[in-house]
Amino acid sequence: MIDLVFLIVFPLIAAVLLLVVSKDSIRDALVKISALLIGIVSLMTLFLYYNTGALYFPVGYQQVSQIIFLVEVFLALFILYLGIKYRKSLAVVLILVQLGLLAYFEMFCSEALHAVQNLFIDQLSIIMALIIGIIGSAIAVYAVGYMGTYHRNHPEVQDRRRTFFFMVFLFISSMFGLVFSNNLIWVFLFWELTTVCSFILIGYSRSEEAVNNAFLALVMNLLGGIAFAGALIYLAGIDPSGNLFEINQLISAGQALAIVPAVLISFAGITKAALMPFSSWLVGAMVAPTPVSALLHSSTMVKAGVYIIVRFSPVLSGSFEGLIIAMIGGFTFLLASAIAISQSNAKKVLAYSTIANLGLIVACAGIGTYKLVWAAIMLIIFHAIAKSLLFLCVGTVENRIGSKDIEDMAGLIVRMPKIAVMMFIGIAGMFLAPFGMLISKWVAIEAFIDAPFGIIFVTILAFGGSITVLFWSKWMGKIISITQYGKRVEGNIRSEKWFVLYLLTSLTVLVCLIFPLISSVLIEPFVLSVYGFTTRLAQDNIMIMVMMLFLLMIMPLSMLFYRNGAKELPPYMGGRPTTPDMKFAGSMGIVRESSFSNYYFEQYCGESRLLMAGTGLCLGLILIGATLLLGVIV
Amino acid sequence: MISILNAVLFIILAPLIGGLIAGIDRKITARMQGRMGPPLLQPFYDVAKLFEKENVVVTPSQNYYVLSYIVFIAVSGALFFSGGDLLLVIFAFTLAHIFLVLGAYSTNSPYSFIGAERELIQIIAYEPMIILSAVGMYMVTKSFFVSDIMNSPIPVIVYLPGIFIGFLMVLTIKLRKSPFDLSTSHHAHQEIVKGVTTEFSGSGLGKIEIAHWYENVFLLGFIYLFFAFNPVIALAAIIVTYLIEIFIDNTFSRVKWQYTIKSAWIVAGTLGIVNLAVLYYLSGVMG
Amino acid sequence: MSYMKKSPWIMHYDASSCNGCDIEVLACLTPLYDVERFGIINTGNPKHTDIFVVTGGINEQNRAVVKNIYDQIPEPKVVVAVGICATSGGVFRECYNIMGGIDKIIPVDVYVPGCAARPESIIDGIVTALGVLEKKRQLMKEPAGKTDVTGGEKK
Ligand code: SF4
Repeated sequence: MIDLVFLIVFPLIAAVLLLVVSKDSIRDALVKISALLIGIVSLMTLFLYYNTGALYFPVGYQQVSQIIFLVEVFLALFILYLGIKYRKSLAVVLILVQLGLLAYFEMFCSEALHAVQNLFIDQLSIIMALIIGIIGSAIAVYAVGYMGTYHRNHPEVQDRRRTFFFMVFLFISSMFGLVFSNNLIWVFLFWELTTVCSFILIGYSRSEEAVNNAFLALVMNLLGGIAFAGALIYLAGIDPSGNLFEINQLISAGQALAIVPAVLISFAGITKAALMPFSSWLVGAMVAPTPVSALLHSSTMVKAGVYIIVRFSPVLSGSFEGLIIAMIGGFTFLLASAIAISQSNAKKVLAYSTIANLGLIVACAGIGTYKLVWAAIMLIIFHAIAKSLLFLCVGTVENRIGSKDIEDMAGLIVRMPKIAVMMFIGIAGMFLAPFGMLISKWVAIEAFIDAPFGIIFVTILAFGGSITVLFWSKWMGKIISITQYGKRVEGNIRSEKWFVLYLLTSLTVLVCLIFPLISSVLIEPFVLSVYGFTTRLAQDNIMIMVMMLFLLMIMPLSMLFYRNGAKELPPYMGGRPTTPDMKFAGSMGIVRESSFSNYYFEQYCGESRLLMAGTGLCLGLILIGATLLLGVIV
Repeated sequence: MISILNAVLFIILAPLIGGLIAGIDRKITARMQGRMGPPLLQPFYDVAKLFEKENVVVTPSQNYYVLSYIVFIAVSGALFFSGGDLLLVIFAFTLAHIFLVLGAYSTNSPYSFIGAERELIQIIAYEPMIILSAVGMYMVTKSFFVSDIMNSPIPVIVYLPGIFIGFLMVLTIKLRKSPFDLSTSHHAHQEIVKGVTTEFSGSGLGKIEIAHWYENVFLLGFIYLFFAFNPVIALAAIIVTYLIEIFIDNTFSRVKWQYTIKSAWIVAGTLGIVNLAVLYYLSGVMG
Repeated sequence: MSYMKKSPWIMHYDASSCNGCDIEVLACLTPLYDVERFGIINTGNPKHTDIFVVTGGINEQNRAVVKNIYDQIPEPKVVVAVGICATSGGVFRECYNIMGGIDKIIPVDVYVPGCAARPESIIDGIVTALGVLEKKRQLMKEPAGKTDVTGGEKK
């Protein structure tokens, strides 16, 4: 148990230290050492607990609960202060509502509560811990170098790196807390902590846009927080003894008792995972420095949202409310993928692809058959790795060429070959066989067929899946097109950045190689313990996938063979003689430069149009769900 | 479950069969246009010639993409004929095409570029329908494995008429037949020169051509699955289908890409989904 | 065995012809003459081309284009000048902007005379070009360095 406590408390201590230390070199060293330690200990949890099943640890409740209440009130007051300072009335109203709920809860319900098994670890927690501990801390290390460059490039932004790293480590700490807590009241605390952390990090630059987007994120997540608080009060109402606050007891209490809190908490999960209609906060969050985006999109924040829904998927499974949640996920997947086609800003494409994939995860978890939960967990793993890699690549490119527009990345393979290859692998990891995401989509298709109302989701996957092919491949195409005139600009990138990038790239490939192992050691036991059934890919298929992966890895060797000998000619330009940088004499002898850009299908995939459709659709679904829930409560 | 022998046979025989089909295709096309047409073996002559020619490239890396294209097309076809998982076959197939598209992108040539974009549009136009076909077959035969579907005594076509029509629709796209030969065409020049293949010459182009033969054989094999309960009918169905495709090729002019994707999706979205929904309902009713 | 002769793909370029010869070239593709009998395909893309068919006498505007297309055709390649304009400039020879014959710009292998050249003679010219093509291929296979295949020969 000590390691669980360590993982929660140590980042907290590191965070406080980072807040205090003001010297750059000491801070850098501190970040790296803490990140390393967190990484190692989270790996340790894997070796210690992978075969122990779910373990529950009693932690004294009374002592901690007072602290928790105080922290929550402090957080609320803090938000209240900022809300008033920036005149964000909606945020103020929401936080007042939440404060009211908290006070009510504390006064009338908490007396008799005595949840005991407050900490726990099972395979799902291990997976999440690994994602947070390895990817999260890798991003923190990357941020060391990135933030230096960031402040050099953006002199207008006040250098608040102490707060920045404080928040990053606080974030990591609360994520660990979230996945190790068995007590819903604790989960709620960490939940609110992540909300506040993301709020501060998004608003880091304090520009008007950043502040607005930070508050947008805050407001949407507060909505979720209120639903969460509602779930707590409801639970206290039906079971004053407080046993049901333990997640495992709540889940095993069965659908009849648990459906209301499960749906309320899933709603909170939907806001946190930025599904439609709440997707705009995650898109807005890209005003933050890139490591923050990477953190929000891959290992923390949104993953907390889907984690909690996956946790509760046994309760949701088979219920009409679960179906509605799954439909919200499904439509989000389809529409967000389509919107991604129309975007040329790399970070926005990544953001919409994240939203889409989270939608898919929620769709799986909402239907919640054992195969689908398997697929959902696989998706969480693969997505976290590939997405963090992609964000960090985009961040590096942005620092170097001063743009995050995909069109400006033309010929990246010539200008920044290593980064381009990494980006290429990351993108391939997102949608191509035999890489990770595709495996999960594949299993999801198979599993949806047998699930109730699965045909809707199979269709969504068939169409949505092919849409993702479009926007990823055109990006890939852009970075690998050989522009003869490109100059290499890859020098002096700091070594720890390289280290993180290499780490994530090799993880992307490695996870594809060893996913059968991950499946059999972690995912299958978890699914088995929850459902009594489990699933895996057929042996034949795994063999073939591994063969394909090897083939993919040896194919580039053919480049050695092709490199010399072939005659090189400029591309065909309708017979016009062209200079190597693609300039040609147009009519009347005027020199023109040829340039081409991808299709964006604005008229079909325009952001505002589809967003409107998605918001309407998903809001409608939420209303239906709310009505159903009211029916259950009353 | 996977038969290595079939895989090897496919890799060796498919180019021969595919080339022959292409030859017959050209012959029939010529006759439809009142011409005599080239010799039956003309496609083989063409490819053999291409390998005799110099391979001129814009960038050496384009050779790598083409090699990957043909390798993965062969892999996915081999996987199909050896009885593998249909979905995996489809994914490998997509992977192969992405390599072709990337090869076109890598040349940084305007014609290739437009060709690549259009090829991508085609991919998203046909992929949903192909996946729905696989799903339909699973719903009928309870297996994704080609070997099981092959040996199933159930007349799949009876249960999947809508899916089959939808499949024929995207087959036209896949065979690069008019009216959907947007990204590159076998005939004459067109508005984007040769689309994806513009910058490929010599052996590179030859490989693309052979890959296309592999692809055609695989696609015709897919038709076989609909009629697998009776090999004779299946063969007849393949022949009739292909003749219809040639006829369509010769009677329609090329359409815009907007129309391609809309029509393919509408057909997939109505016929395919309605078909699946009916199946779903029936399986629910009959338990 | 060589397949060069069995599958000649041509590219046709109109270098300021009066369109008379162009129409005759296209007539070769019609059912009446059907050059696809010989495996001949009109590609329109230099990178796929074996035989470069040029009509017209080349003017200032398109000389660079003719040169560029020729350069982009992979070896072995032959050039067929169709019509008297392409051969020598023909009736336009004295014009201020006419180069007067393709061979002023690129090496020509086969000249097809006529104003306009008849489809039969165009086909005959291309079949003659096949022989040159095959010869060039053999030259290509010989040890490199000795032979300059781009030079071609005149008939
Ligand atoms: S040869 Fe005669 S027909 Fe041909 S281009 Fe010259 S003028 Fe026209």
